[in-house]
Amino acid sequence: MLTDTTTAAANADKIRCDACPVMCYIKPGAAGACDRYANHNGELVRVDPHVVLERTVSHGGRLVPFQAGGDWDGKIVHEPSMFVTAIGAGTTYPDYKPAPFIVSSEIDGVDMVTVVTEGIFSYCGVKVKIDTDRYLGPETATVRVQGEAVGHVTTGEYGSQMLSLGGVHHLTGGSKKEGRVTCDALMDLSNCKPVELTIDGGATVVVQAGYPPIVNGVAEERMRVGCGSATIGMFAKQWHGKVDEVVVVDDHITGVLSEHQAGKLLDIPDTGIKMKGRRSTPGRYFQVAEPGTGWGGTMISDPLSVLGPFDPKQARPGMTMLMVSTTGEHAAYFELDAALKPVEKEMPADLKFSVERIKENCEPALCTVLFMGGAGGSLRSGVTENPVRLTRSVKDALTRVTSGGAPVYVWPGGGITFMVDVTRLPAGAFGYVPTPALVAPIEFTLKLSDYAALGGHMDHVRPLASLKDSAEIRQMTPQQLQPKSGA
Amino acid sequence: MRLPQIGFLADGRRLHLQDGPIDLIVEARGSEADVRAAYDAAARRFTGLLDTLCEELPELRKAADPASSRLQGKVARRMHEAVAPYAADHFITPMAAVAGAVAEEILGAMMGAASLDRAYVNNGGDIALHLARGEHFTVGLVDRPDRPSLMKTTVIEADDPTRGVATSGRHGRSFSLGIADAVTILARTAAQADAAATIIANAVDVPGHPAVLRCPAHDLQPDSDLGARLVTREVGDLSHYKIEQALDAGVRMARALLAQGLIEGAALRLQGESRIVALKDVDMRVPPVVRYVAKESVMQ
Repeated sequence: MLTDTTTAAANADKIRCDACPVMCYIKPGAAGACDRYANHNGELVRVDPHVVLERTVSHGGRLVPFQAGGDWDGKIVHEPSMFVTAIGAGTTYPDYKPAPFIVSSEIDGVDMVTVVTEGIFSYCGVKVKIDTDRYLGPETATVRVQGEAVGHVTTGEYGSQMLSLGGVHHLTGGSKKEGRVTCDALMDLSNCKPVELTIDGGATVVVQAGYPPIVNGVAEERMRVGCGSATIGMFAKQWHGKVDEVVVVDDHITGVLSEHQAGKLLDIPDTGIKMKGRRSTPGRYFQVAEPGTGWGGTMISDPLSVLGPFDPKQARPGMTMLMVSTTGEHAAYFELDAALKPVEKEMPADLKFSVERIKENCEPALCTVLFMGGAGGSLRSGVTENPVRLTRSVKDALTRVTSGGAPVYVWPGGGITFMVDVTRLPAGAFGYVPTPALVAPIEFTLKLSDYAALGGHMDHVRPLASLKDSAEIRQMTPQQLQPKSGA
Repeated sequence: MRLPQIGFLADGRRLHLQDGPIDLIVEARGSEADVRAAYDAAARRFTGLLDTLCEELPELRKAADPASSRLQGKVARRMHEAVAPYAADHFITPMAAVAGAVAEEILGAMMGAASLDRAYVNNGGDIALHLARGEHFTVGLVDRPDRPSLMKTTVIEADDPTRGVATSGRHGRSFSLGIADAVTILARTAAQADAAATIIANAVDVPGHPAVLRCPAHDLQPDSDLGARLVTREVGDLSHYKIEQALDAGVRMARALLAQGLIEGAALRLQGESRIVALKDVDMRVPPVVRYVAKESVMQ
């Protein structure tokens, strides 16, 4: 990390700050006389960094020179070589004052303006996607931190449980403690720190953006390869001829090879298997067990508990059966004895291989956290005297919105409501005010002429060069600049 | 040369000057040309001020001699003059008046360059004032410097001798030997107010009380001018009697300084209790406009 022009000479655990002639000796964990520079594990850091992301060219990582020339033509697709983020810009509340830093940099004759502010978001929250089939709790169940309600379980997505946390109701509508705990939880989640969430009538899950969820103390490893039915479809050919029956246990849709369309196509004979649960279509069963954190997102630890007795008309002693979960994490192999009862046996090598194949096709389970906030009237007025013009400008794609330099998704419709993947922001980008509300960086980038046209605070526009002495310069790797999800 | 940060605050009216630990909010009222000239003078005088001060930093961090000083700089000498009256009876270094002395210096530069109706230089709560005839300031008294919320206001008029205001206490940026949450002092100069606030805040104390956690200053800041002296870190809940006792000690000190002409008035605050010494027009009414403002806007 580069911290301005400032360097620190280490002296035992203390460091000597040379940011100004006071030359404070600063102990670890303490700040200097100015409260601006601090000793963080022996490293001199700015407490209120104003982060400037200096971008490197994606090909070869060559540094783009400051205020590079080039062919920037004012189009959105082009990005300036240097970009000022709002992190550490500071703000005031309420926001009727101009944003603290309104920075201009001239690129090939076109004045670029980045209006930098740290928005205070009372209307904000996080959407959490937790890659697991384990049962975390019923839909709409309350999600708690330290006993305080901070959000709820929302509708599940493919291979993932979804939580919706924060929002104006929990931030401001409940008790004072509820607001504070919600604010802390949102800030920690947004700053990629782990937060323990308990779900009423469900599990305790530790969520950290970019890391696997830990459900009831067990770290989730993989997303399922598909639902039980899909798994049958994907692997039917590989199982054909190696085993008489396969049951893929899944809380949502449990698949049965011999009955499934995929099995029928391979002329796999009936096995007389009898599933519990509600049959949806042939070979596809709902609700074979209660949801839980056992096999395939059900509560079971004994897979045979989802089976009824085999039908003696079709079943025969010695018949073989594989039972496997949708992640391959649980698997067992059975043979029917003389009384047609399944007896667990050592799994043949080729079936073990198929279980490994299921595991291999499961993606690593992760928690992803999207911060979502609405840039309301007051924040926009920090940018322009005529706030609605900023909204229109964003909608017309004349103004690009970013958060801490990271790309955002701006919701269609009214206002400037955006979502951003918190792992793409620099560390510690989010803060809070005791209101309580979250402080998140937000940047609006547009042509200077457009800025003037929408009633911008032209008298507060500063050239980028004026920030270089007071700002932390961070280099962003090409990877950080690329969208993360390629799928 | 290392240049300070100089710019207008968001309101476009107040000037913000920052260099190292010095953070000034300046506002002048007068004709446009005078205000401009005053701000220019403030910016000019501020540039390099910290560097000059730091040249004498080792001497400034030593206990002041009541009779003489080897300090050369104008601001440094003003700091010494402000603390010298206390140096015989107390441990005090010129640093106890640094904030007020800097505020005074900048205001002096402004007044030398322009004719103003009213002006102030607020250095983190230590404020130098200018009032032309007929003008007045309403000063808000903060409860705690780290969590500024106005508890009272008082009025300073042109006819009053007061031209400096300072607040000290254990929540501020510098350490306190006492337990006061806030002691606000009115004095003839900002440097005098600054030094007196330190002395009176130190006097608000209940020595040896188990609810007060103290620790050597140099354990917290290795180069603190207070060295191994015990500074207050935490104050647990005190009984009503102990709060009264601590405030009484502070009030006695304030009255003594008032009698010597070192201060013009004082307001002391500890755990919800407050005492006023010689302040007039103390008004419990809190102007709504300043409810949410930070330290920089204690002055309205």
